[in-house]
Amino acid sequence: MECCRNLEQIDIDPNKNKIVLVGNPNVGKSIFFNYLTDTYVSVSNYPGTTLDISSGNYKDKIVLDTPGVYGVSSFNDEEKVARDIILSADIVINVVDAVHLERDLFLTQQLIDMGKKVVVALNMMDEAKNRGLNIDIDELEKELGIRVVPTVAVKKKGFSDLENNIDKAQKGKISLKQDMEKELDNINENVENRADSLLILEGDENVASFHNKKPREYREKVYMQRRNRVNKIVEKVITKEMTNKNIGDKIGSLLLRPLTGIPILLLLLYALYQFVGVFVAQTLVGITEEMIMIEIYQPFIIDLVSSFIAPQSLIGKILIGEFGVLTMTVTYIFGLLLPLVAGFYLFLSLLEDSGYMPRIAALVDRGLTYLGLNGRAIIPMLLGFGCVTMATVTTRLLGSKREKIIAIFLLGLAIPCSAQLGVIAGLIAPLGFKYFVIYVVTIFLVYAIAGTFLNKVLPGESTDLLIDLPPVRVPEFRNIIKKTYLKSKYFIVEAGPIFAGGAVGITLLKEGGVLQWIQNAVAPFIVGWLKLPKETTEAFIMGIIRRDFGAAGLNSLALTSDQTLVALIVITLFVPCIAAMLVMIKEQGIKQAAMVWLGSWIAAFTVGGIVALFI
Amino acid sequence: MTLAEIDRGSDFKVKRIPDDIIRIQTLRMGISEGSKLNCNEKIPGGPIIVKHNYQEIAIGRNLAKDIEIELFTEGSD
Ligand SMILES: Nc1nc2c(ncn2[C@@H]2O[C@H](COP(=O)(O)OP(=O)(O)O)[C@@H](O)[C@H]2O)c(=O)[nH]1
Ligand SMILES: [Mg+2]
Repeated sequence: MECCRNLEQIDIDPNKNKIVLVGNPNVGKSIFFNYLTDTYVSVSNYPGTTLDISSGNYKDKIVLDTPGVYGVSSFNDEEKVARDIILSADIVINVVDAVHLERDLFLTQQLIDMGKKVVVALNMMDEAKNRGLNIDIDELEKELGIRVVPTVAVKKKGFSDLENNIDKAQKGKISLKQDMEKELDNINENVENRADSLLILEGDENVASFHNKKPREYREKVYMQRRNRVNKIVEKVITKEMTNKNIGDKIGSLLLRPLTGIPILLLLLYALYQFVGVFVAQTLVGITEEMIMIEIYQPFIIDLVSSFIAPQSLIGKILIGEFGVLTMTVTYIFGLLLPLVAGFYLFLSLLEDSGYMPRIAALVDRGLTYLGLNGRAIIPMLLGFGCVTMATVTTRLLGSKREKIIAIFLLGLAIPCSAQLGVIAGLIAPLGFKYFVIYVVTIFLVYAIAGTFLNKVLPGESTDLLIDLPPVRVPEFRNIIKKTYLKSKYFIVEAGPIFAGGAVGITLLKEGGVLQWIQNAVAPFIVGWLKLPKETTEAFIMGIIRRDFGAAGLNSLALTSDQTLVALIVITLFVPCIAAMLVMIKEQGIKQAAMVWLGSWIAAFTVGGIVALFI
Repeated sequence: MTLAEIDRGSDFKVKRIPDDIIRIQTLRMGISEGSKLNCNEKIPGGPIIVKHNYQEIAIGRNLAKDIEIELFTEGSD
């Protein structure tokens, strides 16, 4: 996002007035959005990000939801997207968490300082009451100079009152002192837009360059003035305060305290394995991939296409051959990946909305810092066990380029995706506990050593963990389903064409004899160094296309226990599947991706050979 | 002393946050130099969890080493 007016690129009517929902993360914005726009909602991907923007109609106006942010600026993608939408707003509904006034009113005050017409929905009034917080609404209205409507979003309390106040949104009392206000006026002389001018004053580079201006260096000064003002307001309006630890707080601290938190986390991972690894990957995929796609869909489509195109022609092979776009690709995406990805996202949405995810991030932060990552990287790492391609896309949420490189490399190298895990588990289980342990320890060591190594050699510094821990609560069902749906859909839209392109590429390589050539070239190595039969090569080559193909290819070979172990280690460490590679190219450029690819070859064969030497 | 040296349960006052970006980010969340906080949890070798009114924030250990604080006991201020 180079510029700050990307809004034209998402599909909304420019002639209608825009109501924009703004608030910190987890304050209830989505519930308001769903309430206001019951009929037709459209969701567009915001260019250059993984973020989706929901928009819908409310009477004669458009309502837009924004990502949760702590302020209007450009520290990350969420903030840039929110900033652009806020700048375009005619009316802002600012959802504020009554329990966290001190934090949330900073954003409110910033919106007011921008000169926006704002109405505040003071949400979570039930929780505030539970905790013995008493907020003087009239006083708050007076201090802010705008309407404040108390609400309890989960019970739809205060919603009609809020609706009546939308048109009464107004400009509030500015927190800037005279010195800063004067600087702002100077900027505004040519910019002629108070909101933009304020952001330029606060040093926002995107907005400044949009107006051909230099960003100013007054951010901290302005923020301090705003913070002081907010603290004063909070002091005035909260009249009673008594600590009253509720059940959510208690659970929250149990999840965080290592003594209880780590066993709970292990239990959770076990539940994840049972749900995604066993139920979805085996039972559900058994139905979707085997019964629906392979038994019903594929014969149908092969039949259909064959009546127009000869199956043995190149086009025929591309469409309905072994790696056909209409056969393998469609089966793979809808029969296998979609259930897995949706299952993973469902689980992840539950973790996010219940407030557990940030606590997991805090718990694992220490371990990840050795690898040059911080706790936030747990999200792509967990997702990697679902689908490395999907996980690679989410590395965008990491704080620096360095962290993205490390995460992507580790994902490509040492995280087996669920498609592959199923096959690996099936092959390793009969070998017994000893082999299982050697396998797990080897992969884990490679992961740890590779991360530590990259952390040492890559220039720059990784960012530190700094996250807000939201209260632990029971998630809202509708939100979870919606999130899961949107993310799964986004993944299919993003990755689908890439899988198809990869399939075409592989068919061409195979028909052109290139695959055969690679196979012959590496065969001596496989036999001499890894002590595996020559036919294993074919399984590895298949692994380039789909990682589970590679593992599945081992099924049909007669291998000793030792050989199976070596082959499984190699195939786990071996190159990511072609779709993951293409996403890596898109995210990091061809040079990075090539390094991951080559690094995987080297790591896989080196480690495999070493293990073969010692067992 | 620094935030990394704090004990679980202690009350403290933030004296200095040297990093510009971090200072701005914590400022938005409601914490600035001079804020009075409580250390809610200390994950061994890992993040420090600080509490400010009802808000909890996890701060990575390395970052905590850069944040200067001062202990205080109830009523001493
Ligand atoms: N107790 C209570 N919970 C709420 C209220 N409003 C929202 N929530 C919960 O807060 C969480 C976050 O809500 P969501 O709409 O996803 O927030 P968003 O991130 O701002 O879009 C959900 O689990 C909601 O059920 C409220 O007024 N009271
Ligand atoms: Mg939301």
